[in-house]
Amino acid sequence: MNPTQNIDPKIYSILKEVSDPEIPVLSIVDMGVVRSAKLLENNRVKVEITPTYSGCPAMDVIGDDVKKAFKEKGFEAEVKLILSPAWTTDWMTNEAKQALKDYGIAPPMDASADKDALLGNKKIVECPQCGSKNTQLISQFASTACKAMFKCEDCKEPFDYFKCLI
Amino acid sequence: MTNKNLIQYIYGIADNSLILGQRLGELCGHGPSLETDIALTNISLDLFGQVRSYFQYLAEISKDEVTEDDLAFLRKEREYKNVLLVEQPNTDFAYIITRQYFFDVFHFMLLKKLEETKNVNLQAIATKSLKEVAYHKRFSGDWLKRLGDGTDISKEKAQQAVNDLWVFTDELFHLTEDDKAVVEAGHGVDVSLLKEAYYKEVTSLLDEATLQTPETKYFQKGGKNGIHSEHMGYLLAEMQYMQRAYPDMKW
Repeated sequence: MNPTQNIDPKIYSILKEVSDPEIPVLSIVDMGVVRSAKLLENNRVKVEITPTYSGCPAMDVIGDDVKKAFKEKGFEAEVKLILSPAWTTDWMTNEAKQALKDYGIAPPMDASADKDALLGNKKIVECPQCGSKNTQLISQFASTACKAMFKCEDCKEPFDYFKCLI
Repeated sequence: MTNKNLIQYIYGIADNSLILGQRLGELCGHGPSLETDIALTNISLDLFGQVRSYFQYLAEISKDEVTEDDLAFLRKEREYKNVLLVEQPNTDFAYIITRQYFFDVFHFMLLKKLEETKNVNLQAIATKSLKEVAYHKRFSGDWLKRLGDGTDISKEKAQQAVNDLWVFTDELFHLTEDDKAVVEAGHGVDVSLLKEAYYKEVTSLLDEATLQTPETKYFQKGGKNGIHSEHMGYLLAEMQYMQRAYPDMKW
């Protein structure tokens, strides 16, 4: 959990189990998608989530998954989608960044490094397969809106880079 | 400002993204290369996401019982308030990129100003969308430079697209009667004030792309008041088909 999230510790573990449907190794809590979660009376729960990108098709699924996870533990969850404040990659925990890397997706860098990387100015994105920085941008958009496509010149593997959004 | 003014104003913003999103969606599986195909449909997805936010807000403030789907799929042609630029067809890749760039520059400026209005709902959508539109503008601007400063053929096609689409740019800065009421109340952006900065930025990129900036003083208009070009009906026929054929169908 990062300091900007307001999650009741009593229900934290339930939310932690819900993963991002497009990146299953990531918990929606570690992604920073869960903004707040409150335990109300009569086992009711109110959860606020925010999309990474406006058109993120995973949001409906995440909402349903949250409701399901709570239902299994005897709670009834109400899920609200909020837009403000807008999601940023800064809300991703270090745990999440490591999980991304282990999964084969290069985690987001800070904003200025990100700009250099996406303009192809500097070779700074590290290949999640072999660790080489001898990598090249192929496309600013990739399999989902939140990623760019790179290839590694050393191990020759293509890989996704999670774009910085601040 | 009446509720009707605000509703029409939001249509004016949201319909641009909806119709351009549909145009880009037509390219799914038809892009000139895998990377551009994916990029253009990703941009389409961003635009649709933004439209959903606007339409959810519209549905909230509307007095009728409407859903975001009703607003997207069940209006008649004259009820769509997008500018003519975004409904222009995918003639070739140069047109697609030029249309995108002409719109992205405007879109970015509009959202920046929308963040400063009194309307907290529009502010929130603008802040969210800006992050995405920054990527769109970078993509279309880079490609326009590449086409203009590329081969003889790419340059010729890019110049043709610039010349043909230029006549649709002036409409971006027009205000309808509804817009004026919303701007006066501090909930909207006076787009006429963006015009100078817009043409400065676009001309500067065209120079860099070694393309000529058209000198025409003749411009097309109508979309903002619901009077569309001949392409709009075909676009809507495809976009609305599913909801018209199978009313209330859901995913």
